[in-house]
Amino acid sequence: MARIIGGITTSHIPAIGNAISKGLQEEAYWKPFFDGYPPIHKWLDDVQPDVAVIIYNDHGLNFFLDKIPTFAIGAAAEYQNEDEGWGLKPLAPFAGDAEFSWHVIESLVADEFDVTMCQQMLVDHGFTVPMSLLWGHKDEIPIRTIPVCINTVQHPLPSPARCYKLGQALGNAIRSYEKDTKVVVIGTGGLSHQLDGERAGFINKEFDLMCMEKIVSDPEALTRYSILDIVKNAGAQGAELINWLTMRGALSDKVSKVHSNYHIPISNTAAGLMLLEEAA
Amino acid sequence: MAAVAKKVQDIPGTTIFDGEQALKGYALNRMCYSFNEASSREEFLKDEDAYCAKFGLNAEQREAIRARNVLQLIAAGGNIYYLAKFAGIFGLNVQDVGAQQTGMSVEEFKAMLVAAGE
Repeated sequence: MARIIGGITTSHIPAIGNAISKGLQEEAYWKPFFDGYPPIHKWLDDVQPDVAVIIYNDHGLNFFLDKIPTFAIGAAAEYQNEDEGWGLKPLAPFAGDAEFSWHVIESLVADEFDVTMCQQMLVDHGFTVPMSLLWGHKDEIPIRTIPVCINTVQHPLPSPARCYKLGQALGNAIRSYEKDTKVVVIGTGGLSHQLDGERAGFINKEFDLMCMEKIVSDPEALTRYSILDIVKNAGAQGAELINWLTMRGALSDKVSKVHSNYHIPISNTAAGLMLLEEAA
Repeated sequence: MAAVAKKVQDIPGTTIFDGEQALKGYALNRMCYSFNEASSREEFLKDEDAYCAKFGLNAEQREAIRARNVLQLIAAGGNIYYLAKFAGIFGLNVQDVGAQQTGMSVEEFKAMLVAAGE
């Protein structure tokens, strides 16, 4: 049977992708951020997961406002990326696991999560930057992926409580897959940041640190916030916290925090990183 | 929607991209979405008027594009994720965009971000 071995949360700021491609990891601006990752690389080398379920949000590459799914899941053999309009260097396609994806979709829909199913899906920096951060130092990325895309573009966004429940259903879906597969669940984005409006540049360290504590020990406390509460406290794009909560829902009630890092600022964002392991 | 709008007033300097904004900004956002393609960016740069006309921008949207003004673009229904692709044509990143919206220099804006971590 498949089993979940842990969960990772990481920011996915596009500037990180540029810093990696330019080799800026040791520069003063970047070092406190990139220094958070080697302990996670070591953990991944030790546990050797087969599949990464990556919960992220599309920023207007794959989905336009003509059709915005609240929850979309990739079910393809591979996932392409593009330059997103900024001339970003596209990366090699990412391997999927279509059979596992379809199992997850079957299970979620049976569990009353009526997801959009995508056999073609461009993945943007919300997906690719975490892949680069976690496996980009390898010659080849040694893992298959299942992208889970949550709408953070068009309000109303799904509530934190709904996303946490999606995560629980996702956890059940993964654990009911009959092939022996080690799975890591990754929630990307956040933490506090705001790109638009007169409040651009808003960051809230106190709120972020509270979220990083609660997501380990008491994630349900975070599900009591509304989306607008999160926008108010974490900035308009801080709503990406719902990706983190979805990841947390997929794990067991009891998890242990293996590693974390928090750094302000990377670009306009407070960057957060966590590694949670399932209790033995 | 009224309940949402009422709560939104509590968040200063923030426009929630709800159904009302989506309806208002559809043409503008559709144009900006097209900038995912390099050929569309080139076509825009070659003849901006023609490109805006092709997507049916209204006068307010056309003026906001002409002014390269992000707050005006948001007021005209623009969504920041699609607008970021417009800004990208001119090599502007989110810190340039943040500085413009807050009336700061880029250096001042960056200093404000650093201060948030202290």
